[in-house]
Amino acid sequence: MTDNRQNLRSAVRAAITLTLAAAAYEALARSGYFAPALLPTLANVARALFASLADGSMIVHAAFTLYRVLFGFCLAVVVGIPLGILMARFQRVEHFFLPLVSALMPIPSFALVPLFMLWFGIGNLTTVLIVFYAATFPMVFNTWSGVRSVNPLWLRAAGAMGADEQKLFWKVIIPGASPFIITGMRQAFLRAWIAVVGAEMIAASDWGLGWVIFDAKEFLNTDTMLAALIVIGCIGFLFERLVFGSVEKATVQRWGMTRAAKG
Amino acid sequence: MQDATTIAVSAPERAESAARERLRLIVRNIFPFAVVGGIWEIVALAGIFPRRLFPTLEDVASSFVQLTISGILPHHAIDTVIRLLSGFALAGIFGVTIGVLMARSRRAEDIFLPLVSICAPIPGLAYAPLFLLWFGLGNLSSVLLVGFVSAFPIIFNSWTGVKAVKEIWIRSAQSMGADDRRLFRHVILPGALPYILTGMRLGLAQAWRILVAVEMLAAVPWGLGWMIFGARKFLNTDVMMAGIVVIAVIGLALEKFVFRKIEDYTVVRWGMIAS
Repeated sequence: MTDNRQNLRSAVRAAITLTLAAAAYEALARSGYFAPALLPTLANVARALFASLADGSMIVHAAFTLYRVLFGFCLAVVVGIPLGILMARFQRVEHFFLPLVSALMPIPSFALVPLFMLWFGIGNLTTVLIVFYAATFPMVFNTWSGVRSVNPLWLRAAGAMGADEQKLFWKVIIPGASPFIITGMRQAFLRAWIAVVGAEMIAASDWGLGWVIFDAKEFLNTDTMLAALIVIGCIGFLFERLVFGSVEKATVQRWGMTRAAKG
Repeated sequence: MQDATTIAVSAPERAESAARERLRLIVRNIFPFAVVGGIWEIVALAGIFPRRLFPTLEDVASSFVQLTISGILPHHAIDTVIRLLSGFALAGIFGVTIGVLMARSRRAEDIFLPLVSICAPIPGLAYAPLFLLWFGLGNLSSVLLVGFVSAFPIIFNSWTGVKAVKEIWIRSAQSMGADDRRLFRHVILPGALPYILTGMRLGLAQAWRILVAVEMLAAVPWGLGWMIFGARKFLNTDVMMAGIVVIAVIGLALEKFVFRKIEDYTVVRWGMIAS
């Protein structure tokens, strides 16, 4: 009961904070102290958002960005998980790839954007490859440490109970490594999402949320910029909460891995 | 006596085998780079791609040496590092303060948490044009943006860290008569430090990633990101590659030397985590 009241009070306070922040912003915007082109009122931002949603342009931009990010992300998953598993299961593979992965990982993906622009031109190919580069490393690293951290006792127990290689792999190793793999996917998507916005800004094509923001800057359309920012935030938030949350629920939690990992 | 002689005999042998082991490790680490470098070299020399776009390793090395001797590359690198450190210092000061406040006072948590959780999931670079408009091109906006973006992981981790300090430690310190300041200094801060350091590490990695991109957009006069981006216009792929190498080395050094050392001095020494 008190817990409920506590939560209610938190919610009320959060609402008050947000209202106050919005009001402060609105006051600043209307005070005329800053140029209205730089600090649009909330009503203008909302109008820009609805206008671009209504004529469909924002939806097309979002679709382009999503296509790039998902394409790159899927490539990263397809390459990263098998590579991580191979690295964890075979020492020879690990010895070859681990130094490469640790040397390439600290290079920010944006540093490669100008190079990729020269090699692959402006547009989809460059952005997808940048996303792929950004997302692969967390995928590989987490899969690798996940498979390595599977309890050896489980492996031996399964072996003693007569599991062959294939069964061992599907029934013990994959579920055992799944919390790490899903964490890796989450991190990879987060990085991919950051990378796609940056790549779209620099390697500008005609469509994409990053390009909208950058293009709006040229024309001082701050309201469009803020609207695109809102869309970017919402999509990122939705993916993080809904997609990965439900994937986690369907796999790791159902298999009881999170509890096992904690205990 | 017998034991002494066997030890005397086996000690150099053991040293020798340790040296051989180390050599083997070095060779094993270099081998993959040699393979990749060899493939690169073959493709570059084969002339499948124009040499301007796909330089040989010698080209990259020679432009690296030239740029280093003429002092251009160090100047770019130093400016980038200064920008990184000042942005990160801002993030560290504000991030830890806000995070600790959020964890210690319910009111602060209610005020900050909604703002932080709305701003955090937006990719840092998406703010870049906004910051450029508000604070102009150049140093100010790039430092502010780096600070702003890398503050979020620090805030989140300090917040969780302080919350994760065991209740029983706080209560036992209080019952032994610790006042608020000593409680904070001797119990809460050391207890939360592993989390705070993790947050700083994440924050620094993010700052580094964002900074390179911001330098491309913000038209700063010096900086590695700008160097790479500028080289694109003149098709100086070798300069770009040299810049990327420097960026990788700095990133690796930050991770390996700075944070490993800080951890050794604080958390590991206090016995909070195993080394």
